[in-house]
Amino acid sequence: MKEQHETKQAEIQVNGLENITGAEAILRCLVEEGVDTIFGYPGGAIMPVYDKLLDYSDKLRHILTRHEQGAAHAAQAYAMVAGKPGVCFATSGPGATNLITGIANAYLDSVPVVFITAQVVSGLIGTDAFQETDILGVSMPVTKWNCQIKKSQDIPGTIARAFYIAKTGRPGPVLIDITKDAQVDKLLFRYKKCSYLRSYNPHLPLKKKAVESAAIMINHAEKPLILAGHGILISGAEEELRTFAEKTGIPVAVTLLGLSCFPCDHRLYAGFLGMHGNYGPNLLTNEADLIIAIGMRFDDRVTGNLKKYAKNARIIHIEIDEAEINKNVQVDLEIHSDAREALQYLIPLVSEKSYESWIREFRICDKVEFEKVIKAETKPEKGEIRMGEVVRMVSEMTAGNAIIVTDVGQNQMSAARYYKFTSPGSFITSGGMGTMGFGLPASIGAKIGNPDKQVIGFIGDGGFQMTIQELGTIMHYKIPAKIIILNNGFLGMVRQWQHMFFNRRYASTELVNPDFEIIARGYGIPAKTISARQDLKEGLQQMLDAEGPFILNIAVEKEGNVLPMVEPGASVSDVTLNYKG
Amino acid sequence: MGKQEFTISLFSEDHIGILNQITIILTRRQINIESITASESAVKGVQLLTLVVKTSPDMVRKVAKQMEKLVDVLKVFVHSSDEIIYQEIALYKVKTNGLMSGNIIDSIVRNHHARILVVSPEYTVIEKTGHRSEINDLLNHLEPYGILQFVRSGRVAVTKQVKELNAYLKEMDGADRYREENIEPYEKN
Repeated sequence: MKEQHETKQAEIQVNGLENITGAEAILRCLVEEGVDTIFGYPGGAIMPVYDKLLDYSDKLRHILTRHEQGAAHAAQAYAMVAGKPGVCFATSGPGATNLITGIANAYLDSVPVVFITAQVVSGLIGTDAFQETDILGVSMPVTKWNCQIKKSQDIPGTIARAFYIAKTGRPGPVLIDITKDAQVDKLLFRYKKCSYLRSYNPHLPLKKKAVESAAIMINHAEKPLILAGHGILISGAEEELRTFAEKTGIPVAVTLLGLSCFPCDHRLYAGFLGMHGNYGPNLLTNEADLIIAIGMRFDDRVTGNLKKYAKNARIIHIEIDEAEINKNVQVDLEIHSDAREALQYLIPLVSEKSYESWIREFRICDKVEFEKVIKAETKPEKGEIRMGEVVRMVSEMTAGNAIIVTDVGQNQMSAARYYKFTSPGSFITSGGMGTMGFGLPASIGAKIGNPDKQVIGFIGDGGFQMTIQELGTIMHYKIPAKIIILNNGFLGMVRQWQHMFFNRRYASTELVNPDFEIIARGYGIPAKTISARQDLKEGLQQMLDAEGPFILNIAVEKEGNVLPMVEPGASVSDVTLNYKG
Repeated sequence: MGKQEFTISLFSEDHIGILNQITIILTRRQINIESITASESAVKGVQLLTLVVKTSPDMVRKVAKQMEKLVDVLKVFVHSSDEIIYQEIALYKVKTNGLMSGNIIDSIVRNHHARILVVSPEYTVIEKTGHRSEINDLLNHLEPYGILQFVRSGRVAVTKQVKELNAYLKEMDGADRYREENIEPYEKN
């Protein structure tokens, strides 16, 4: 207490400005930016900040993860659910490098996260000092922007810029590296949010002419198809997308990260695109005469073989990141703009139409897919439990209203395919990067980001063990996330590829697993193992009803394949429905 | 698509690490930098990087957009060689005794439009500005007399549409600029 008193005495005011340490200034900046939750892990160089954090515990909640990678993923999921930048702390050296996978993941999926790493004292930089690493150099290719602060007085301006850059335009992670002396030295604190940088124009005026041309193309199309991506959710254009689709009668297909931006039970919902997407939208991409791509980037997992992609279609691309336009697919009309803004201007210009026979083609495909894949996957009568069956059951039991988090691989594809999303922003997954180990920490971040909603993580037995230490975080903070381990004893997706493309030579994909139930119990988390179909529903109900966290370890079909599949190098219209290997 | 030579003029804030960010973009696409020059531009506080790359028109367009996307980059222009006026500068250090026979010096100065910078008993330093091929011509010409050192700069270039470029930069400079010592970030007027 005495010490604290002395600190207060030292905070003399100069010209009405408080004289505070850099460490305190960092926290004050975060409060000014509306931050209330920080994910992180302390260490030598960042100790001044953590020390001050104790005094700010009423305003800033710090979640101590069990590994910096976990903090990064949790901060990302938090950002996606809470709709504001996530914040993540780590110390210098290994603390900072442990973040890299998480930073790269946020970068590829355009999620705003402000990473603050500590650095050794400025005099030691470049000398290979203890726990010194060139984190600016290391993080440069995977951040939207990064910067090092060596002087305490640069802290407010730089943090203001970091938040502005992270959340505007195409959002992304930023990293600020702050030397230990800058944290200790004092400054006269004044904060002003950043709203302009001359070299950065995230919001360009809408080119109305282009949108008007788009309207003409749309009004004359015979087989138009909307491809909706993450940009819809980022710009908050779900309502506009729905209005646009309903007015024009155009079917809507979504990308992996676009899932939940359009209700899965809508009559115009065409399904999910990509390698393991639905049959209809993949096949009919090559039938469409007009593609309206909104807030998506024609990733290779969506397009398949580019030489055979959408050759019958003219393409309109509405995209905020100009570097994505004409990167993979040559488009006929580019609208370099925010998705919501473009749609708002576009809606009054398009005519009311309906495409009954075109929609029917999708319904026919749906039927084919149901008969050949979905029926056996979601309603099997015998054999081992299927992943799709679990997901569909959870979907029905939660009325499509839970926040679904996934890891990567078969668990992810099954969740994407069989959960019927009804509320926007309710699917949290690692898309571009495909990071195994994302699921568990992301479930934590998602639950903290929205404590009122049921958060359910679908994770494979492989990915679960990549960040299994985060069970400690769940235990520590009693985070009521629900985790379903879809346990097939394999690295399922890699095994599927070995099955299909490597003559079933299962090299290093079979796992010898621990008893996850006992591990969960060790962390004080209620858990249950299910291996028989008749126990599945009851187990899921118990999990959903649990007030706190719950881990449900479900033994699923060991050698199940996720289908349909657009095989690597194949065209989207050569989608495989039944594989007999 | 065939490879062509392009000159990329990149205007950026004078911040540390820009060059690193640029080379990351080129490295990912396996594009070699033929030459590079960094200097201050006509506008104070704005750095100009001039890069020469050989790649396809499609690829240069893509990387230019990725460069322009960088937060600290103000503007990127891509030009083919016929759209710009450009020069390189080269210095040749040659053994003096070799040059002193006949009227070689005269031929260098007159025919190659070169300049003599230094003459000492041991060596002579010749300067030449011009296009790559002209510089190479002189190098070939001097080779028999014993080249002690040879160095060539990166390309410097101005566009033929000088006005547009300057106007753009002035416009940017008119905006309130971020200054390191100023704790207030940039505000639009």
